[in-house]
Amino acid sequence: MSKVRVLVGTRKGAFILTSDGKRDKWDVSGPHFAGWEMYHLKGSPADPNRIYASQTSGWFGQVIQRSDDGGKTWHQPGTPPGEPVAPGPPKSESNKFAYNASPETGKPLTTHQWYDGTQHPWEFKRVWHLEPSLTDPNTIYAGVEDAALFRSTDGGMNWEELSGLRGHGTGPKWQPGAGGLCLHTIVLDPSNPQRIWIAISAAGAFRTDDGGKTWRPINRGLKSQYIPDPNAEVGHCVHHVAMNPSRPGVLFMQKHWDVMRSDDAGDSWREVSGNLPTDFGFVIDVHAHEPETIYVVPIKSDSEHYVHEGKLRVYRSRTGGNEWEALTKGLPQANCYVNVLRDAMAVDQLDKCGVYFGTSGGQVYASADAGDTWAPIVRDLPAVLSVEVQTLL
Amino acid sequence: MVRVILPPHLRTLAHADSEVALEVEPPVTQRSILDALELRYPMLCGTIRDHVTQNRRPFLRFFACEEDWSHESPDVPVPAAVASGKEPFFIVGAIAGG
Repeated sequence: MSKVRVLVGTRKGAFILTSDGKRDKWDVSGPHFAGWEMYHLKGSPADPNRIYASQTSGWFGQVIQRSDDGGKTWHQPGTPPGEPVAPGPPKSESNKFAYNASPETGKPLTTHQWYDGTQHPWEFKRVWHLEPSLTDPNTIYAGVEDAALFRSTDGGMNWEELSGLRGHGTGPKWQPGAGGLCLHTIVLDPSNPQRIWIAISAAGAFRTDDGGKTWRPINRGLKSQYIPDPNAEVGHCVHHVAMNPSRPGVLFMQKHWDVMRSDDAGDSWREVSGNLPTDFGFVIDVHAHEPETIYVVPIKSDSEHYVHEGKLRVYRSRTGGNEWEALTKGLPQANCYVNVLRDAMAVDQLDKCGVYFGTSGGQVYASADAGDTWAPIVRDLPAVLSVEVQTLL
Repeated sequence: MVRVILPPHLRTLAHADSEVALEVEPPVTQRSILDALELRYPMLCGTIRDHVTQNRRPFLRFFACEEDWSHESPDVPVPAAVASGKEPFFIVGAIAGG
């Protein structure tokens, strides 16, 4: 019997929601790491019992947590599960994210643009997104604020920056969005282990074709009226990028404003906002089995971060964009003013495809029929930061 | 033995009680106390001091003998009462909330 495990990160802890394949009755465990901001949790596709979590705090900084038993117990990589470590030198630096410096001068690799246009040094704040390798449970990528990409190949014990991204030349033009200068999206290509896409607010989308050594911006076709040159090579506030693994060259993007599509691995983009009531938003995801079926949650505007007209509506396109239908059955259609953040939507692999999202009001909604009908799994969690799903067959 | 009082979240991370006792070689300074603490509880590395700069994290404060030591040099010897274990060394989260 198949199962699904929904991993929910919130402002005040993590929650794990489990159900069988019917997805109508749910067990809720948590809060795990109570009181901490849990930006993201994600399971390894190569070993579903291996789950990584980003635990963060304005007071105490960044902590990486790992479970090897499907979320029952957790430990910081390098320390024994659930136990204080024996005296002696630290066995890992699982929460050390040190930016690379110039090998020639020892000085910082570069600076980035600050809100006021001046240059500002990179300062590590937190891990926004964890992306486990598709094939190796011990290899995992971390997208961090200030924007950079790190990789661990020892199960999260030690991290190394893939500094070709920050250092390729456009770094001084990157600037923080309202949420900070964050690398929030990491997409791995199942057909080509050398290819990775990432996205940064507010710099744009980037791609490597050599396993992370070299990178280039892939923002042709994006237009952003809020930057001096609307067609600039970098500076776009990309909110999220999604891909169906069966079609690695086709990408869908929710930009600050505009829903975009690329059919050439990001080399060029075209707008597919179509008949959406507003094309501002954060999340975007793709149906597990229908690569032309995509989902967004339109948000009213960049100054009013809640759903349009007080109605919580997921919009679905079955045509890869442009033609959208509102999905409302089971969702509040009056007096609703929640937001859905960029990592807070996910799909499962079951047939019919399940779709899940979490809100700033603490609800996690699930649809077991690809969005036709919805029901809350939980209603009163802390504000939801991220939702991921594991399909356990 | 130097006694250190940890804030609640760090107790959870360290799987420790609120007060931990540490062997610290004299001269006992804030730096040597934190070095000993991180040696005993490596999971606290980076949570009190920045990994790279070793600076105190901005929302944490240090107190000893009812005085704020947050802005003292980390290499200044702490009061004798702390070094002897008569008084604890406090690591406190800055107050924020409403």
